[in-house]
Amino acid sequence: MGKLYNAIFSAGVAFVLACLMIGVKLNTDGTTLQVTGASTEQWAWIIGGIALVFFSQIFADQIDTAFGKIPKPTVSHFLPEGDKMAQLKPWLMAGVFVCMVIWPFMVSRGSVDLATLALIYIMLGLGLNIVVGLAGLLDLGYVAFYAVGAYTYALLSQYFDMSFWICLPISAGMAALFGFILGFPVLRLRGDYLAIVTLGFGEIIRILLNNWTAVTGGPNGISGIDKPALFGLEFTRRSKDGATLFHEYFGIDYSSSYKVIFLYLIAVVLVAFVIFVINRLMRMPIGRAWEALREDEIACRSLGLNRTAIKLSAFTIGASTAGFAGSFFAARQGFISPESFTFIESAIILAIVVLGGMGSQIGVILAAIIMTILPELAREFSEYRMLLFGLTMVLMMRWRPQGLVPMKRPVLELK
Amino acid sequence: MSQLLLDVNGLTMQFGGLVAVNKVNLTVKNRQIVSVIGPNGAGKTTVFNCLSGFYIPTAGSVMFKGKEIAGMKDFQISRQGLVRTFQHVRLFSNMTVIENMLVAQHRHLNTGLLAGLFKTPSYRRLEQEAMDRAIFWLKEVDLLDSANRESGNLSYGQQRRLEIARCMVTQPELLMLDEPAAGLNPNETKELDELIIKLRDEHEISILLIEHDMGLVMGISDHIYVIAQGTPLADGNADDIKNNPDVIKAYLGES
Ligand SMILES: Nc1ncnc2c1ncn2[C@@H]1O[C@H](COP(=O)(O)OP(=O)(O)OP(=O)(O)O)[C@@H](O)[C@H]1O
Ligand SMILES: [Mg+2]
Repeated sequence: MGKLYNAIFSAGVAFVLACLMIGVKLNTDGTTLQVTGASTEQWAWIIGGIALVFFSQIFADQIDTAFGKIPKPTVSHFLPEGDKMAQLKPWLMAGVFVCMVIWPFMVSRGSVDLATLALIYIMLGLGLNIVVGLAGLLDLGYVAFYAVGAYTYALLSQYFDMSFWICLPISAGMAALFGFILGFPVLRLRGDYLAIVTLGFGEIIRILLNNWTAVTGGPNGISGIDKPALFGLEFTRRSKDGATLFHEYFGIDYSSSYKVIFLYLIAVVLVAFVIFVINRLMRMPIGRAWEALREDEIACRSLGLNRTAIKLSAFTIGASTAGFAGSFFAARQGFISPESFTFIESAIILAIVVLGGMGSQIGVILAAIIMTILPELAREFSEYRMLLFGLTMVLMMRWRPQGLVPMKRPVLELK
Repeated sequence: MSQLLLDVNGLTMQFGGLVAVNKVNLTVKNRQIVSVIGPNGAGKTTVFNCLSGFYIPTAGSVMFKGKEIAGMKDFQISRQGLVRTFQHVRLFSNMTVIENMLVAQHRHLNTGLLAGLFKTPSYRRLEQEAMDRAIFWLKEVDLLDSANRESGNLSYGQQRRLEIARCMVTQPELLMLDEPAAGLNPNETKELDELIIKLRDEHEISILLIEHDMGLVMGISDHIYVIAQGTPLADGNADDIKNNPDVIKAYLGES
């Protein structure tokens, strides 16, 4: 009986929400508002959806058992044993890296461009993974640091004509500074407060960028941001200020795909750098302290660990990674506006971390690739993107809460 | 005065209307084992929480090595050389035994970002020293064979010993143990007894002990404090306490 009640209640809620969101539309007709109903086809969808909610509630138990029967994929089956794995790993990494470098020369420009985007999300995912996965701090405004990085490069490049390579560390530093300033008072708070404050911070930064028109150009954003150059060689067709051009220097015809491939290669190097740093961090005292703090904060305090400082370090390092990704993003796009840094972006990055498996680098990389490539492949479904996105999250939570590839910590062993 | 390691005066801790600790005085000298006993809920753990900075005492002073530490932050106090264990074991249970030992030495390591990324000589040296200290203390508590095991998988007695080793590796001068014998079998209790005496005699530290196992307390304590309902009841050596009518009454209940 309880089940039937549940099902009716859920269907009712679904009906109300669907009616409000899809069923009626407000159109402006001159100065008056007109309410129009949905088309028959849309109503069919709505009713179908409600029926789905109703029956999934009634058969919840059966669905659960059915899910339980699906064998859980274990990646470890496909991988060789521990010892062999350790020997193979450097070779494997080198192989992957070489493939990543050769690959863009064999595929279309569009694919390379998409891969570059995926690499940006990998960077962001890895950065947020430090904060959420390794240090256990829920940051809902991560995109703010991404924005700080992007705008730092855009502004420095526009007002002071500074090159990408100089701005890259400056952007990371700037984002780290923001992380530090925000984290210092906030990290003393309990977890839930941190989530709320970071959420607010993300919005504040976006609104600030939107309204500080004199400097940031407001909603119009900043355009014509310089692309990175290779040892001073630029990738544009014609030289703006007499700088040497890449294709002239090598005496080859101009092609815009050089630029795309070059950007992709920079992204590969940046991601490799981030992975290297995080891998070292996890084996360093600070990485161990993050883990320890996540396990037992009270024990940490009793052993003389300053928890605020340790959390702050994770928060700051995570922020600097976003700054890194941000300045590269600005350079790749050539145009940025506050539109690129909305809350939904934070949510996507967080989803990448959760989907991949908190703390797990391979998982986060996989999830970032999936999250960037799938929407591109399924363009027709773009309207339902958020819906599918939500559905995946629900299924993951239900079925595999530890993420695609659960975290495996590098364990220090005594020989 | 200078020979007092810990000197607690009029320590009071109030939670709303409840006075959990009421004007407790306590002194610990160098190389002494001092015990605090009392019935359940007497406020013993609360005293520890005040001394170690987890609670800020409502009133009273806590002098450690001649310096006021009441009101200091918990991590600062433990850096002064006063560390504690917990009534319920608190290990980093997903980490290995050796990792537990290294986390405890966090502040003795080179935690600089660049030093760690580039593995500078100073970083390596400090890491090695920490490793050596960890091995030394694991040997002392007979856990070296389990160094690579996940600490959550150790037996209860081993976990208790690891918690003590993890404190010792921070090089404290006063070790506070909150019911270290709880849940141990008689054999393990005897080993613990020997370990505590060894810490005092060989490693020259002082120990403040909370314990319900009267055999253990009476056997090893240089001085014993009894508190009941947060208030000091008696103090003295084992014989004084055993024959004190107030103490007997507090333990056996009014009748
Ligand atoms: N944070 C707190 N807030 C409110 N009351 C507390 C708090 N901590 C302890 N108390 C109260 O203080 C009193 C003393 O508790 P405490 O844990 O110190 O006793 P104990 O002597 O360690 O007992 P046991 O032998 O059972 O461990 C108890 O009545 C307890 O409820
Ligand atoms: Mg207690």
